[in-house]
Amino acid sequence: MGKIRQASDPSTALDAHWLRGLLAIQNKTIMRHVISLLIENEAGALSRVSGLFSARGYNIESLTVAPTEDASLSRMTIVTSGSDDVVEQITKQLNKLVEVVKVVDLSESAHIERELMLVKVRATGKDREEMKRMADIFRGRIIDVTDTSYVIELTGNQAKLDSFVGAIDAGLILETVRSGICGVGRGDRVLKV
Amino acid sequence: MVMTGAEIVIRCLQEEKVDYLFGYPGGAVLYIYDELFKQDKVRHVLVRHEQAAIHAADGYARSTEKVGVALVTSGPGATNAVTGIATAFCDSIPMVVISGQVPSAAIGQDAFQEVDTVGITRPCVKHNFLVRDVRDIAPTIKKAFYLARTGRPGPVLVDIPKDITAQKCEFEYPQTVSIRSYSPVVKGHQGQIKKALQLLLEARRPMIYAGGGVVLGDAADKLTALVRKLGFPCTNTLMGLGGYPATDPQFVGMLGMHGNYEANMGMHYCDVLLAVGARFDDRVIGSPDHFASEPRKIIHIDIDPSSISKRVKVDVPIVGDVAEVLGELLAQLEATSQRPDQESLGSWWKQIDEWRRRDCLKFTQGEGLIKPQYVIQKLWEVTSGEAFVTSDVGQHQMWAAQYYKFDKPRRWVNSGGLGTMGFGLPAAMGVQLAHPGSPVACVTGEGSIQMNIQELSTCKQFRLPIKVILLNNGYLGMVRQWQELFHGNRYSESYMDALPDFPKLAAAYGHVGIRVDKPGDVEGALREAFKQKNDLVFLDFQVDATENVYPMVQGGKGLTDMILSAEDL
Repeated sequence: MGKIRQASDPSTALDAHWLRGLLAIQNKTIMRHVISLLIENEAGALSRVSGLFSARGYNIESLTVAPTEDASLSRMTIVTSGSDDVVEQITKQLNKLVEVVKVVDLSESAHIERELMLVKVRATGKDREEMKRMADIFRGRIIDVTDTSYVIELTGNQAKLDSFVGAIDAGLILETVRSGICGVGRGDRVLKV
Repeated sequence: MVMTGAEIVIRCLQEEKVDYLFGYPGGAVLYIYDELFKQDKVRHVLVRHEQAAIHAADGYARSTEKVGVALVTSGPGATNAVTGIATAFCDSIPMVVISGQVPSAAIGQDAFQEVDTVGITRPCVKHNFLVRDVRDIAPTIKKAFYLARTGRPGPVLVDIPKDITAQKCEFEYPQTVSIRSYSPVVKGHQGQIKKALQLLLEARRPMIYAGGGVVLGDAADKLTALVRKLGFPCTNTLMGLGGYPATDPQFVGMLGMHGNYEANMGMHYCDVLLAVGARFDDRVIGSPDHFASEPRKIIHIDIDPSSISKRVKVDVPIVGDVAEVLGELLAQLEATSQRPDQESLGSWWKQIDEWRRRDCLKFTQGEGLIKPQYVIQKLWEVTSGEAFVTSDVGQHQMWAAQYYKFDKPRRWVNSGGLGTMGFGLPAAMGVQLAHPGSPVACVTGEGSIQMNIQELSTCKQFRLPIKVILLNNGYLGMVRQWQELFHGNRYSESYMDALPDFPKLAAAYGHVGIRVDKPGDVEGALREAFKQKNDLVFLDFQVDATENVYPMVQGGKGLTDMILSAEDL
């Protein structure tokens, strides 16, 4: 007998599609956003940002941070998701932090995203050649070689890295490390002091 | 001139013209206390608990236009201060807190009295600093004062390790400060102000809703001028009381959970709403969905962009200093001959007056038990509405807000955002020190007063003639009220058994304590108390324990959904 879920089934109340539909009606569609910011390169600055997200219940999908060419500033890329209202609050709250110099929502217009992934895979027997070929197809580079393993370095947007992980045999993956997204606006859009 | 870090700290406070420093000594701040001892410009007020030091600095700041300043030691000194700092943060009070820290080399070693003060306070300060070099002390303190008082004000904490206070360097207090990542907007956008004025002039059912920002931004005069010129009704939030004169006929009372019927109805059914220095919080508008169900245009003036369109979508946002923006609005209003349509305004006032006739704050004082509302009404009469009134948190706070009619800003001092019990008495100390010779009343309950009652000792030491108005009903009244209304009269842990004899307790601290249990004695006791200019008088009013605060909007309900009296239940 096939399973037919009744409309009155209480579990539908937790159905993600149903919830998404409801939120869309209320103009609260959850969208992914890439927020980029410049912040004073000072002790504790990162925890002000991460603390803000946890205190106010905002999502962080990934967060990358490192000093810029001007050592007094750090550049941070945060991937988050939320309705337009929530993302508006996120950028306002970030701007309110005293150490934050500038904030942009890169996803408002054309931009480039890149992520670095290192994958350590088992590479023995016939898998060794197969791995090499897959790395080539995805324009990855093998940067460490032992008798039984490779470390493959791969750069791209999130989708590309996801598809590489999907394309290789899951049983051969020993570990993966991803840097999180770095983003930059296309063309004349520049985030600078 | 070469000085030690501790000397620099005190010199910086002198440069900032700090007259009172509220604090409590301890190991990590001993060098600073040693320097305090050697000078007499900054007067130190020794409290009996660090929380009280922060509340006292807070009361000082709220009742003046100055920054409150407190000094605490590391570890427990700092953690005790956290409630006070969070209180100031929630109400945007300008404050600088200096905390001692264990010596630099001991940081991270789980040293005696070590906590990560900067980490613990991070979510409840506007900003904080850990000073790592003696040369940074002066510029950091300069920045701290600047951050505390500009933009949306707030508490700023400066954590200084003990060794840094002993090291020496050249002292020079910076004359200016600039922080590239911080530049609050002051002037409002001209075009937006123009749009706002147009909306106001075309309004048929206008309402002006003003919050704590008007008081903090010293914009009460400008608000009053604008409201009168337009002839519109005006309501204040709990934090905004005194921002518009309460005895003025255009004032429709406080709005919100325990707001006036006419204020809440007017807020809901207006067609143009001007929000000034307010943030549409849950205690003010109830359910945002219900509030949004009635169409209206909203103009919102606020110094903090993140307050705008946070809970309620706004049509005309104006970011800027409220006094500045209101001044500009007034100027533009004077420049035009257009005025609001008097006919529709007249029928709107007729509607408001009809709501007003419900007389939602009425109560009857009989022969029997003292009604708490009656005590506040008499307090207002006896002090001619001129007293500074601090309060704790609970029913007494709401009664004080409803029945004491504040005509001037900075007279009403209460913990609105955080709702901190134990705030009233220490805050009154700060107020009294800032305004020696002025009448200061602390309206409190028997629950709240016991959360910082040790400060009666500080009051004795510094001869602070505060009048403590205890509305003693033997219950945690607001908890009891909710339990009565929403939890089937199950008074779980809301009964304060084994209460002390408060007048005797006050006497033990060296004050005058009086118990009042007859309605006929209320006024006389108050008059007697305020006559005593040099003594703290602790008035223990035994009030009707069954009295509830009305009107009431249940949490999460709409503003128009008010319980007006016990008969409505």
